[in-house]
Amino acid sequence: MLAIDVKDLRKEFNVQKNREGVKGAMLDLFRREYTKVRAVKDISFQIPKGEICGYIGENGAGKSTTIKMLTGILVPTSGDIRVNGFVPYQEREKFVRGIGVVFGQRSQLWWDIGVIESFQLLRKVYRVPEAEFKKRLDELVERLQLQDLLNRPVRKLSLGQRMRCELVASLLHNPSIVFLDEPTIGLDIVVKTEIREFLKQMNQRYETTILLTTHDLQDIEALCSRVIMLDDGRIIYDGGLDELKAKWGKGREVHFQFAAPFQLEQLQFLTAGLEVAWSIENEYTAKVWIPLEVNVSDVLSRVVGTTEITDIKIIETNTDDIVREIYKSGSAEESKLHLLGEEKVSNV
Amino acid sequence: MFSAYLDFIRIRFLMMLAYRVNYYSGILIYTLNIGVYYFTWQAIYGSQQTLGGFTADQMTTYVAVSWMARAFYFNNLDREIANDIRDGSVAIQFIRPYNYVFVKMMQGLGEGLFRLLLFMGPGMIIACILFPVKLPTDPAAWTAFLFMLLMSFLINSQINIFTGLLSFFVENNEGMMRMKRVLVDLFSGVIVPISLFPGWLSGIMKFLPFQAITFLPSSVFTGRIQGTGIWQVLGIQLLWFTILILPIFLMWRSARHRLFVQGG
Repeated sequence: MLAIDVKDLRKEFNVQKNREGVKGAMLDLFRREYTKVRAVKDISFQIPKGEICGYIGENGAGKSTTIKMLTGILVPTSGDIRVNGFVPYQEREKFVRGIGVVFGQRSQLWWDIGVIESFQLLRKVYRVPEAEFKKRLDELVERLQLQDLLNRPVRKLSLGQRMRCELVASLLHNPSIVFLDEPTIGLDIVVKTEIREFLKQMNQRYETTILLTTHDLQDIEALCSRVIMLDDGRIIYDGGLDELKAKWGKGREVHFQFAAPFQLEQLQFLTAGLEVAWSIENEYTAKVWIPLEVNVSDVLSRVVGTTEITDIKIIETNTDDIVREIYKSGSAEESKLHLLGEEKVSNV
Repeated sequence: MFSAYLDFIRIRFLMMLAYRVNYYSGILIYTLNIGVYYFTWQAIYGSQQTLGGFTADQMTTYVAVSWMARAFYFNNLDREIANDIRDGSVAIQFIRPYNYVFVKMMQGLGEGLFRLLLFMGPGMIIACILFPVKLPTDPAAWTAFLFMLLMSFLINSQINIFTGLLSFFVENNEGMMRMKRVLVDLFSGVIVPISLFPGWLSGIMKFLPFQAITFLPSSVFTGRIQGTGIWQVLGIQLLWFTILILPIFLMWRSARHRLFVQGG
């Protein structure tokens, strides 16, 4: 069963054009000019129930706009959306009962009243029966250690405390789909880890579908089996995280520390025939760049044994580097990315 | 669901109560307002017996009653809505299974009840001691007045919500909100009763919703309108309430399509 089904989704905004100078400003008084900006450009994707999917992209790539359409806040310009079997913006009130949303940059708790008052109010808003509410609240409070915070007004909470409360607020009605828009923004590593653990557990236990946008790729690595990457309103990658690493991680790097001084030519001679690139830092340490086609063990076996080695370090390209690389290449590499996409299809 | 809406009244009430200094200064401000207008009208009347059909005593009562009504119907819903729209927190309102406009109305009601009971109640007692205010003793007049007060609240809040929702359509709503505030205070008859307006202006007033907010209910309560006139006033209030539903509904509907969540 599909939790989210999006087809050719598009969103355009009218953005006001401000003409220059006094004359322009006067003209603007009487007739405004608008330019159409297309924030989301005909994207399609499907997310099955129970999946945790990461939704990443640079600032302004269209992530938040998509989330806002999926949650029924924004009305799409064209295209079809089905979430939980609803068209979000059409049957909004019925639809939102089944989803939970956390916006990392906005609070959904009431600023001036105690946390527990906010929860009680949400219970009434979502019409959660008292007994069920109590059970769920107890569970969440214990899991996220909120016991001491419940009676404090929201404005007196720290960001980490508030974010945990926001999570509870969005989950009280036991939603089957949860949208998290940058839920770990500005949090320290302890709270981040705690929240990741919690989300993972919730996903396993209740089969909650989670769609997560973030700039912190560790969120993605810790949680997501699948990534959708957005650039300039288009999907440039949709698939597994491992696959992404394999496709875009161009190779590995091995660092050697030798016991005796050596020459660059010596090393190049040893690996003759293999397409690797050596570079030296000083006469005792050297780095070798090994593309994916070449086995690391082949290289090692040629080097080890000929010289005495004190230390070896193998470094894999991490997701951060890969994603940075993709962001940087952006539209210039688009044709290549399309090729990659097609290749993927032919492989299937 | 209804109990959730009731809770919004309760919570707004509690929130108002949380700020104590605000509370004491509120009582003072309402008493002062009545006092200032009382002395101003005393000076204007001088040796004259009546002015525009009002005796000086009737005017004092009119001033006190109008301010009592204002305590209940006045709210800042326009500003709250405009802020929600400007800083993008209106997005949060769309992910909840309730109607934002109703919620705002309920919050306004909580605020109104708070001001009426805790600002105006004590303020009115002080005013009755200091100035010759004559409140009616007929329970029927009170019942009618309270009902009309509710209608005043609804009509004024509708105007506020309408003004607030304009923020969806204009870049900066500040000017509109200020204009609305002046219009409501002046044309509703809080500052000057409409019967003292020049003929042409009070003629125009008959076709605007503002008089239904203060002037008409206060006229009933001070006994200037009696008998079938009371029903007429109620009719006018109900009519404006019904008429104002339409623009708000249409605006809210088209706002959904115009919504541009600011700040990402």
